[in-house]
Amino acid sequence: MVMIPKIKVNIDGKPIEVDKGKTILQAANSTGIRIPTLCHDPRLEPFAACRVCMVEIERGKSTALITSCNTEATDGMVIRTDSEKVLKTRKMVLELILSDHPKDCMTCGKCGTCTLQDLAYKYGVRESRFFEEPDGGIVEDENPVIQHDTSKCILCGRCVRICAEVQQDYAIDFKNRGFETETGTPFGKPRRDTTCVLCGQCVSTCPVGSLVEKQAVGMGREWEFKQVKTTCAYCGVGCTMYLNVKGNRVVKVTSKAGSIPNDGNLCVKGRFGYDFIHHADRLKHPLIKRNGKFEEATWDEALSLVASKFGEIKAKHGPDNIGVFSSSRCTNEENYLAMKFARAAIGTNNVDQCART
Amino acid sequence: MSFGSGSMTNSISEIKDCKLIFLIGGNPTEAHPIVGLEMKKALRKGCTFVVADPRRIWFAQHAKLYLPVRPGSDNWLLNAMAHVIIAEGLENKEFIKTRTEGFEELKTFVKDVTPEKAWEYTGIPAEDIRQAARLYARSEKSAIFYTLGITEHTCGTDNVRTIANLALLTGHIGKSSTGVNPIRGQNNVQGATDMGCLPDRVHGYQYLSDATVVEKFEKAWGVTLSRTQGATSPTMFERMNKGQFKALYVIGEDPVMSEPNQDYTIRGLKNLEFLVVQDIFMSETAKYADVVLPATSFAEKDGTFTNTERRVQRVRKAINPIGNTKPDWQIICELSNRMGYKMDYPSPKEVWDEIASLAPMFAGINYARIEHNGIQWPCPDTKHAGTKFLHEGKFTRGLGKFFVLPYRPPAESPDKEYPLILSTGRTLYHYNAGTMTRRSAGIIHKTNDCFVEIHQSDAGELGVFDGEMVRIATRRGEITARAEVSEKVKKGVIWIPMHFVEAAVNKLTKDAYDNITQTAEYKVCGAKIEKL
Ligand code: SF4
Ligand code: SF4
Ligand code: SF4
Ligand code: FES
Repeated sequence: MVMIPKIKVNIDGKPIEVDKGKTILQAANSTGIRIPTLCHDPRLEPFAACRVCMVEIERGKSTALITSCNTEATDGMVIRTDSEKVLKTRKMVLELILSDHPKDCMTCGKCGTCTLQDLAYKYGVRESRFFEEPDGGIVEDENPVIQHDTSKCILCGRCVRICAEVQQDYAIDFKNRGFETETGTPFGKPRRDTTCVLCGQCVSTCPVGSLVEKQAVGMGREWEFKQVKTTCAYCGVGCTMYLNVKGNRVVKVTSKAGSIPNDGNLCVKGRFGYDFIHHADRLKHPLIKRNGKFEEATWDEALSLVASKFGEIKAKHGPDNIGVFSSSRCTNEENYLAMKFARAAIGTNNVDQCART
Repeated sequence: MSFGSGSMTNSISEIKDCKLIFLIGGNPTEAHPIVGLEMKKALRKGCTFVVADPRRIWFAQHAKLYLPVRPGSDNWLLNAMAHVIIAEGLENKEFIKTRTEGFEELKTFVKDVTPEKAWEYTGIPAEDIRQAARLYARSEKSAIFYTLGITEHTCGTDNVRTIANLALLTGHIGKSSTGVNPIRGQNNVQGATDMGCLPDRVHGYQYLSDATVVEKFEKAWGVTLSRTQGATSPTMFERMNKGQFKALYVIGEDPVMSEPNQDYTIRGLKNLEFLVVQDIFMSETAKYADVVLPATSFAEKDGTFTNTERRVQRVRKAINPIGNTKPDWQIICELSNRMGYKMDYPSPKEVWDEIASLAPMFAGINYARIEHNGIQWPCPDTKHAGTKFLHEGKFTRGLGKFFVLPYRPPAESPDKEYPLILSTGRTLYHYNAGTMTRRSAGIIHKTNDCFVEIHQSDAGELGVFDGEMVRIATRRGEITARAEVSEKVKKGVIWIPMHFVEAAVNKLTKDAYDNITQTAEYKVCGAKIEKL
C-alpha cells in the first residue's frame, strides 16, 4: 500500500487532517461541513463554472476568494466557508445565475429537488438585479425519454462533461455565446441521429430542471414520490437504482453518485427500460388451455390442476419424467425454491436454466 | 476448472486501476454498459487495451492493439500467446513453481503452436500475436475480461481454460485489478447458478456426488433425495424430442427464443404431456403451455440478485402486484404445498436465512447486513466483510492447473453452400428476447428492427446495399433482416442480434453444445445471405 501523506488545514475554526491532494471541497465534506455547489459532480473533473462554492482563504495579512471545488487544500491553509464576504459573494453569484433563469418553479418538474431553488431559498435570493428575459425553451426532439428546456439551463456543463468524460459518447456540447449560450446536440439534431445512446446520464446530473425524464413530466411532484432502492433487473452488472413510485406506479428511475457498484451511473435499459412493468400486455390472470384456447382461471383452479397433473405423471412415469427450468430473472430466493421444489417436492434432479450465460 | 471456481476474480471497482485490459469475446459498452464505463475510466487513466473480437467494437477502436480474430479460432490465438510468453521468457517462474501444476506439459504442447501457424486459423498476423503476448505479460496489472464470445462455443470450456493458462503463466491473478473476469450476461445468472439450479449440485456449489452433501440436505429438508443423475436442459430437450419426457415447469425462461435451433425446441415442447410456464408476458414458449401462471416483475417483489462480481444485493418491492399476479417465490411455495411438500415462508427473508444456513459461502450474509450495500461471497460468517477478489495466496482448488487443449473446430464450419460465419450477440438497447425492452418506448426509439452486420466487401460481392432487406439462411432455417454494411465486422463473418421475435436468430443457430457447461454454440455456424 502506498501511504498518502496527510496535511493539516483549518476550516471554519475547526482543525482537520486530510489526505494530501484533496480539494478544499473534499476536505470540508470529510468533516461534515457543507459547501454549496452547482457545477460539481463527484464523478467528474472539477470545472469551476458556477462559482457558488466560493470560500475565503487567508493569504498573509489579506484574504482571497477562491472556488473550493477545484482548489487543492494545502498544509496550514485557513479557510472560511461562511464569512460575510463569502455569503455576500455567493448571493451575488446566485443573482447572476438567476438573471438568465425563468421564475416558473411552480410548474417545473424539478421543483423540490432543484439545487438552484434550494440555494435561492437558503440564501434568500428572491429577485435578481440583473434580470434578462431568458431565451430558449423546450427543444423539439421526438425521443420519448429526455426533455431538454434550454431556458432553464445554468451552463454548469455537467451534462456535457458526463457525456464526454464518463460516457465518452460526445453527443452534446456548448453552443453560441453570451446570453445565447446553451447546450445541445450538434446543429440541434434529434438525439436519435447523433452518437447519443439515450443513457440519461446527462439528465441524472443536471442540477436544475433543464434536462428531465420526459415520461415523468406531469406524473407528480418530487415530494410525492416514494424512492425504493433496488437492483436493476437487466444485466449482470447489477446496478443500484431507485424506483420512484407514486400510487401503484413506477414513474421514473433515478440513481445516486456513490452507490455500489455503479456510482450513480445507469445505462439506457436501467434508467428508461422500466415501462414494461405497467405494459398492457402483462399477464394478469392464470390461464388454462382448453380445446386449444387459453381461458382465464382462478389461482385455485390453476394450481390444483398443475399439482394434480404433476402428481399423476410422477406416479405413472416416475419423477424423472418431469423437469424444472429456473431463470436468471428470478431472485436467489426463487431460484433456491425452484431447485428445492424439483428435488424435494417432485423428487428429481432435472433442474436447469436455459440460456446459461 | 483451472482455479477452482468460475466467477469474476476481481470487483467492478478494481477495473479503473487496471494497467492492461485484454478483452476477448466481449463487448462491454453494449452488453454490460456500466462495466464498460469503468473500463472507459481505466482508458482515461492510461490503461492499455488489447482487444480480440471479430467485430470492431468500441474498445477495438480505442485499443492499442486490435486483433480481428476469426470466430471459433480463439484457441489458436490463446495457445500461441502462451507460446510467445514461454519462448521469450516472459513467464513468472516463481509463481509457476509455487502455485501451479502442469507447466511442463503445457510448455511441450505450445512449443509447436507458433504465432505463424495461428495466423492461418485466426487471420491475425504473427507479429500482432507476439505483441499481444508481450503487452499482457509485461504489464504490472493485467486483467482479462471475456463473455459469451468465449463461452458460447462447443469448445467454450476449453477456451476458458486456455485463458486461465495465460494468467497462470504470468501470475496475473489473485491481486487487485489483476485477474480473470468472465462478465455475466443476464442479471441473475450468477445467482441462478449459485443457488444450485443445475442438475449436479445444490446451492453454494455443493455437489450431490458427495454423499455428505446428500445426507445434509436430506436432513435439512426432511426428504429422501433422488440418487439419479439429473438431466441438463439440452438433454431434456433431446428426451422431449424422442417422446421420452412428460412434463416441464418453466419459470421465467423463454426457451423457444433462447435455445438454438428453434424448430427442434418447439417440436420438443409439443411432445410434452404437460407444460407449465410462469412468466410476466405471454412469451413464445408460453403459447405452447397447458397452464400459464402470471408472475410479477422485479418491481413487485422482495429478494436478492447476485451480480457478476459475486455481490448479493437487495431487490425491493416498490409496488403491489399488478392484476391478479403473484411473485414467483409465492407461486412455487403454493404449488409445493399442494403437492404435499410443505414450503412455509412468511417472506423471502426467511428463504434467504435458510439458504445461508445451508451453505458456508453465504453463511455470513443476511438481509440486515445488506440493507445498504451488497456483500460479495464467499462470506463465511457475520464478521466477514465479503471477498473483493478471489485466489489471493491460494486457489480454491489448491494449485492452479495448466490445461493442454488442442484446437477443436466448431461443430459447423462455413462451406461452399453456406460460406459465411454467422455470429450472434446482444446490443445495448435490448435484452435477450426483447420481451421487456421491446415494450419500452425509450428503447425502441433507438433500435426496433433486426439487422445483420456484413463486411462491405462481402456485401459488394453479393450486390447488397446498406439498409436493404436480405434473407439469411443456414441449414436449420432462414430469417430476413436489414443489412448494415460497414467495416465493423470481419470479412467473411456476419453478425445478428438475438432480440427480435419476428427475425429470431435461433431459427438459424446450431444446437451443438459444449460438453461440460452445455452452453450452446451461438457464435459460429455456416450461413449464406441472399438478396430478396
Ligand atoms: S443521454 Fe447519454 S449519450 Fe445522450 S447526451 Fe445524455 S449523456 Fe450523452
Ligand atoms: S442542461 Fe443542466 S446539466 Fe447541462 S449545462 Fe444546463 S444546467 Fe448544467
Ligand atoms: S443499468 Fe444497465 S449496466 Fe446497470 S445493471 Fe442495468 S442494464 Fe446493466
Ligand atoms: S461547484 Fe465549484 S465552481 Fe461550481
